[in-house]
Amino acid sequence: MPVPPGLVVAPQLPDLLRPAKVRHGVLGFLRNNPTVALGGALLICLVLVGIFAPYLGTVDPTALAPAKRTRAPSADFWFGTDLLGRDIYSRVLYGARVSLTVGLSVALLASLAGLAIGLISGFVRLADSIVMRFMDGLMSIPPILLAVALMALTRGSVGNVIMAITIAEIPRVTRLVRGVVLSLREQPYVDAAIASGTRTPMIILRHILPNTLAPMLVQATYVCASAMIVESILSFIGAGTPPTIPSWGNIMAEGRALWQIKPYIVFFPAAFLSVTVLAVNLVGDGLRDAFDPRMAKSL
Amino acid sequence: MVSYILRRVLATIPVMAIVALLVFSLLYIAPGDPAAVIAGDQASPADVERIRQSLGLDRPFLVQFGAWLWNILHGDLGTSIFTNLPVASLIAQRIEPTLSLMALTLVLTILVAVPLGVVAAWKAGSFVDRAIMAFAVLAFSLPVFVIGYLLAYVFALELEWLPVQGYTPFAEGFWPWLQNLILPAVALGGVYIALIARITRASMLEVLQQDYIRTAHAKGLEQRSILFVHALKNAAVPIVTVIGIGVALLIGGAVVTESVFAIPGLGRLTVDAILRRDYPVIQGIVLMFSFLYTLVNLMVDVTYTLVDPRIRY
Repeated sequence: MPVPPGLVVAPQLPDLLRPAKVRHGVLGFLRNNPTVALGGALLICLVLVGIFAPYLGTVDPTALAPAKRTRAPSADFWFGTDLLGRDIYSRVLYGARVSLTVGLSVALLASLAGLAIGLISGFVRLADSIVMRFMDGLMSIPPILLAVALMALTRGSVGNVIMAITIAEIPRVTRLVRGVVLSLREQPYVDAAIASGTRTPMIILRHILPNTLAPMLVQATYVCASAMIVESILSFIGAGTPPTIPSWGNIMAEGRALWQIKPYIVFFPAAFLSVTVLAVNLVGDGLRDAFDPRMAKSL
Repeated sequence: MVSYILRRVLATIPVMAIVALLVFSLLYIAPGDPAAVIAGDQASPADVERIRQSLGLDRPFLVQFGAWLWNILHGDLGTSIFTNLPVASLIAQRIEPTLSLMALTLVLTILVAVPLGVVAAWKAGSFVDRAIMAFAVLAFSLPVFVIGYLLAYVFALELEWLPVQGYTPFAEGFWPWLQNLILPAVALGGVYIALIARITRASMLEVLQQDYIRTAHAKGLEQRSILFVHALKNAAVPIVTVIGIGVALLIGGAVVTESVFAIPGLGRLTVDAILRRDYPVIQGIVLMFSFLYTLVNLMVDVTYTLVDPRIRY
């Protein structure tokens, strides 16, 4: 098109900024969020270690060998042996199963329960005041003590540990979901949906639920990390999984009496636990930054 | 302000009542027969029945709750199944080391975490900021007993600077008391420091962007006074809130820290009670700590009005 006289055409601006590279798919997401990739990779390794524990050069983690008590780490016993001559390497690898099972189960159960309660209390005014007073009370009991009290009343088993920690974690998820629901209810598109006659269950399902998922997922990773720590603490003080099950907390509890002369009994389970929790926290921090870039700058 | 504080104090009473109801209900919501679990596998049916009666499980829920609550209001937390001593006096005997540990940790945490967070926010994006935040993620991931054993190994066993374990009452002098508590307090403070440093940084970042901070710079005020007086004062509300919430971490962590460092406090009482399945003791400790936690958060709320005159309810 010919340019009419008198009209100045804006000059072509040079590309000062390179166009942002948009990466798609799971691999693209991981390249954009190296923290998630690192934490995720560590976590997958640990899950694989837990699953394939029997094939990684381990022996029966409960086999007693009184003649081989408290051996220092060596070529035969990579992490040494404990007070009863059990192989610590095998016990630590099998212990990964307990920690990961508890962490993932609690994260899943507490999220589902918290989601359900949070949605109801965000939508039903009458339920809200009752449920939230109840949750305030539950949150006033320090979570570890609540779990200790519940464990004192039940028989020690992995299932009961999961139940006890889940009950202690539910209020935090509920509060988060309720907060998100209350702020979403004020959004114009929710008003629009109500005005156009959408029924409440459909609004919850189509408009509210999808928006709670991102913050929930981040919260779930923190619940998972916290559950693994609480599980090890419960086992360490004797209120967790029964001593017959090799969990990291149990191994440390058994090494406690001797830790000044045989520190390796405590060291190996402690190192595995710390790395696992760190991996979960890295995934959580990375996801939070990815979902909410505004928060990423401040926290 | 006085009427606000009064209303806030009164509002705590229903929360405490709900806490008491929840703690009491644990006996009833636990799956299975708590009396049989507490009595242990070798117990005879008569033993189980005796424990059921002493826990009041043979009476209707509301009747028992009423009697229990009445006793608590009179300072009676029940009687230990194992030692037959009143739970309240057992707690009173063991409370000093635990409160000492928690108080020292609280002071240490605030002294370390708040300046760390302020510096991280001031130097946001720099190497210092990244280092502090990396430390925070690490401290979050290390369970309290892991930090405890590491510290004890390095500073007590290898360097021999501080005692490995034990406790000296405050009455025997400040220095011996402090010497025994330094390592446990640092171990217990790890997670707490990370939490408070993070929230301080976040809150300060928001405040530092505001106009009055630019004005303060333009007036030529010193950087230090801008950060620690002008900015921190306005960033204080979220920080104080999280300090209050974090006391729950402190309470849970104290139980474990006491086991690692052999401190004869409420943590030891809890662990012994778990071993003996002495439920009344556990119940008393849970209730006491929950009330303490509620009171701390009440104080935090009252502090708001002092820190921030804008807050009026």
